Amino acid sequence: MTWIIQAVLSFIIACSFAIMFNAPRKQLVSCGLVGMSGWLIFSIYALVSGDSVQASFAGAFVVALAAHILSKRLRMPMIIFSVPGIILLVPGGLAYNAMRHIVENDYLTAISYAAKAFMTSGAIAMGLVFAEVLMQLILRYIRKRKTISQIS
Amino acid sequence: MLNEKNDLAIDCCLLAGRLMIESGAETYRVEDTMTRMAISQGLIGAQSYITPTGIIFSLGKDGSTRIMTISLRVTDLERIALINQISRKLTSLEMTIEEAYEELHRIASANLMFPMLWQIIAASIASGCFLILFEGTWWDVPAAIVAGGIGFIVVTLIHALTLVKFFAEFLAASFVGFIAFLAVLFNVGEDLNTIIISGVMPLVPGLLITNAVRDLMAGHFVSGVSKGAEALLTAFAIGAGVALVLSF
Repeated sequence: MTWIIQAVLSFIIACSFAIMFNAPRKQLVSCGLVGMSGWLIFSIYALVSGDSVQASFAGAFVVALAAHILSKRLRMPMIIFSVPGIILLVPGGLAYNAMRHIVENDYLTAISYAAKAFMTSGAIAMGLVFAEVLMQLILRYIRKRKTISQIS
Repeated sequence: MLNEKNDLAIDCCLLAGRLMIESGAETYRVEDTMTRMAISQGLIGAQSYITPTGIIFSLGKDGSTRIMTISLRVTDLERIALINQISRKLTSLEMTIEEAYEELHRIASANLMFPMLWQIIAASIASGCFLILFEGTWWDVPAAIVAGGIGFIVVTLIHALTLVKFFAEFLAASFVGFIAFLAVLFNVGEDLNTIIISGVMPLVPGLLITNAVRDLMAGHFVSGVSKGAEALLTAFAIGAGVALVLSF
């Protein structure tokens, strides 16, 4: 039950962000689906491994991969699909906790929260990078196969 | 005659580049689009240097060089998609340069954004949903919806008034914090922290984060670093706004 609620809510969030960023109206549903898949992977991974940094990497990787596939299929720029999806993974809670502890003059706790937030953002960035590299390798392979089959 | 045609092609490329950067496209995509459009018009040696604040576009050895400054940046994904389509049509020769120029002008003057009310509603709903995803209680949802909506209204209004983005975000974040504080004070909300976190989520610079990473990867360090700096400053403005409320 909680998974269904989480899926529906993350879908709605990604759609709302797509509206705020003015994504093309026909692609709102696909934006929502990208965001939903990213969030579900993130929460399942976080539940299994207990590490939110690795989970963020997995979530961002899935978001970027899904966005790439959609952009190739629909012939549209990739950021239309990836931007609303990435928002869901942003470590807002960690950044907030870091800020709160700074205000309370508890710098030691603040630093540990800030470091975790920084690591999570780095993991999101790496997820994006890995998906991009993987996609380019696959595309190059497909193109090679095509030219080979054309020659022979 | 040849010069006139070249001038039109250059205008077309620059306009497309300007619109794309203004809507928040990645730098390498802008460069790619401009070069492709130029090549499709027979301008083989065309080169462009693109930063988030300006474009330098040159035809090479025996052509002119033009500069275009960019002062306004919003997030408008639909515009990016439309210009992408135009450049595709232009390069596959489905469209002449005159038609493309007209179409670009139409896009430049048209307002493609969703109505403001829709955006505010979307921001509120997103905040409400975030609250549940962040393990808040259903009891807090109305407070988060109000906080998110008002935060989004404040950031849009103040940005339109003062044109200083960071100040608008700072003020919006402190409004969100204030509303969450009021909600807890009047017993409409339970957990101050989750309400604030979900309320500030609509202000998060998602496009900048994604673009900064992709630009850095593509080797556009100037754009990547400056977009990263913008995202970092935005995050800092939001944090400072929240901190202002928390410190009372």
